[in-house]
Amino acid sequence: MTFRKTTLAAVLALMATGMVGMAHADITIGVVQPLTGPASGLGIPVKNGIMIWPKTIAGETLKVVVLDDATDPTTGVKDAQRLVTEDKADVIVGSSATPVAIPMADVTAEAGTPQISTAPAGLPPGKDKWFFRLPQSNDVMAFAVVAHMKKQNVKTVGFLGYTDAYGELWLKALTAEAAKNGIKIVATERFARADTSVTGQVLKLTSANPDAILIVASGSGAGMPQKAVMERGFKGKVYQTHAAATQDLMRTAGKDAEGTFVVSGPATVAEQLPDSHPSKAAAVAFVQGYEKVYGPGSRNQFAGHSADALTVLEKAVPVALKKAKPGTPEFRAALRDALESMGRTVLAHGVLNWTAQDHWGYTTETGVMLKVVNGAFKVEQ
Amino acid sequence: MDLSIASILTLDGLTNGAIYALLGMGIVLVFTVTRVIFIPQGEFVAYGALTLAIFQTGKTPGTVWLLLILAGVAALMDLVTTWRHSGSAASGLKAALRTFAAPAIICAVSAWAGPRNLPIGVQALLTVFIVTAFGPLVYRVAYQSLAGASSLVLLIVSVGVHFAMTGLGLLFFGAEGFRNPPFWDERMALGPLNVSGQALIIFGMSGALIVLLWLFFERSLYGKALRATAVNRLGARLMGISTQAAGQLTFAMAALIGALSGLLIGPTTTVFYDSGFLIGLKGFVAGVIGGLASYPGALLGALAVGVIEAFGSFWASSFKEVIVFTIILPVLLWRSLTSGHSDEEH
Repeated sequence: MTFRKTTLAAVLALMATGMVGMAHADITIGVVQPLTGPASGLGIPVKNGIMIWPKTIAGETLKVVVLDDATDPTTGVKDAQRLVTEDKADVIVGSSATPVAIPMADVTAEAGTPQISTAPAGLPPGKDKWFFRLPQSNDVMAFAVVAHMKKQNVKTVGFLGYTDAYGELWLKALTAEAAKNGIKIVATERFARADTSVTGQVLKLTSANPDAILIVASGSGAGMPQKAVMERGFKGKVYQTHAAATQDLMRTAGKDAEGTFVVSGPATVAEQLPDSHPSKAAAVAFVQGYEKVYGPGSRNQFAGHSADALTVLEKAVPVALKKAKPGTPEFRAALRDALESMGRTVLAHGVLNWTAQDHWGYTTETGVMLKVVNGAFKVEQ
Repeated sequence: MDLSIASILTLDGLTNGAIYALLGMGIVLVFTVTRVIFIPQGEFVAYGALTLAIFQTGKTPGTVWLLLILAGVAALMDLVTTWRHSGSAASGLKAALRTFAAPAIICAVSAWAGPRNLPIGVQALLTVFIVTAFGPLVYRVAYQSLAGASSLVLLIVSVGVHFAMTGLGLLFFGAEGFRNPPFWDERMALGPLNVSGQALIIFGMSGALIVLLWLFFERSLYGKALRATAVNRLGARLMGISTQAAGQLTFAMAALIGALSGLLIGPTTTVFYDSGFLIGLKGFVAGVIGGLASYPGALLGALAVGVIEAFGSFWASSFKEVIVFTIILPVLLWRSLTSGHSDEEH
């Protein structure tokens, strides 16, 4: 009996200390990223970037829990469930894989935990109350592309894009922007990443004789259409989207990539940005901090998102702390409200302004036009 | 659409069709001899192209280690079955060594050559050896003990092998694709046409391989033995033809065809770890047009698939894949109407 009582007392004491601990809890940051699987190339830089975050925000210690979603939606949902139930995460960063980030949004919305996604995931209206995106939407990128086309006196444009959601969303964004600026889309052609040839599509595009062709493809998939367009002897301007803004374009297209215009987030070309660019200081700070740890040339788009997640939290957490203690539902709600109402925030990737209506948030100052010169990206001034 | 566009499209279609023809013939070959519908045929294409690409970066490709592991597993299986069969450990070991020796030598040479940046011709040759060596081992490990099973079981195994090979491809080569340097960097203007050296190599190699296959089946003893196995397995065995050896030889040839197709296609497009499947599937459509039984049928089917694909991508690029895979329907309909129904289950 005494033994039972002591056990009971011990358990009670433990629970009490636990609750005390809760009252002064650290801020728990849940990170769900694809560290293995096809999207690991995106997730690993984000994790690396988070590893070099400071230990505290606004005087509160950070407790970072990193989980691997293996680019698998089911694993991502399980990770998110674990983070909201076991770890009582105050905010979840992830995932970088769009198909994983979308089902995670259901879990985080139900638990009332803000999710800062590093994937440009589209959600149906009303579903993204707890969901904030760090990557640029295609709309703000299309703004930069069309603005550049206008400056280059482009009147007609041909579209050559993936037969998937990425191609579809870009076509929508381009159509809207082009209409506003009096540019005509004269041909719309599709291809799949696994295609071995786009000769037919390119023939059709070049016979429509547009002033410019926009190729919508990602990573090393951007090389094949680029080569096909150049091999047909197209004399107009060729544009590529921000998913192609990697060295893979030059690796797979070689000489044929020369002179191509590529839109990109500003973080990866920090030093080349004109001093007037609002993101210059933040971008340079990110690149210097990241490359000091991971070596020169290690920067990329997704590492930039991890730095931006920190900037966003540093602005929102102090506001939320005034309302509630970390580890409580009230704090999470306050954090969500703070993210939504923090106003214009300058990041390495542009200027962000999340509002209740818009959880994409980047202003049109985001997109930077690059030009391939001698196998390297040069900022177009 | 004018004549010059049509001729450009036709040339492009025939270039791709030549590759599909090779794969279609590989699929017909494997099916007639072993009744296996060889879905992973396309994976050998990706393995071929990407193994060479990794050699080009001055590293030893991961396929080398996979080959070594697979050879080890196959040798172990040979050791156990022979030991059980003959009751002597020595003959078991001998059988195991016979399976293991050739792949081990290929692995050793490749591992040595990997970081040395040898000329592309040597690397291509090594790639052909590595990928070809996969053929008999895949047959040994996945199919040989099931040789008597129904076509459906063999098909299911094929699906499994396909997924395993795609997954391993991702592990070895990564998610990003590669484009190999062309073997012959030359462009010739022929009227409106712009013929690349690589396209000529593709035509030449495909034609040569088709003639070689024909010679092999018509003239050589091995080829005749394979044909005998294809016609009647039991009869071939009674005549002293080892159906196991026939299966391994067939798979080696299929892997060789895949590897060569990979080398041919590598410089014309970006190849990803999972690109092989669609390419192989188009070869399969070509094979089906030939009734999975006729080499000339598969050849014509493949060229038709290539040309239809090229024109389809010009007229309705969004529906290109739909068009290519729908042409199989009228062919199947025509086949089922013309050929008498057969209840014979092999």
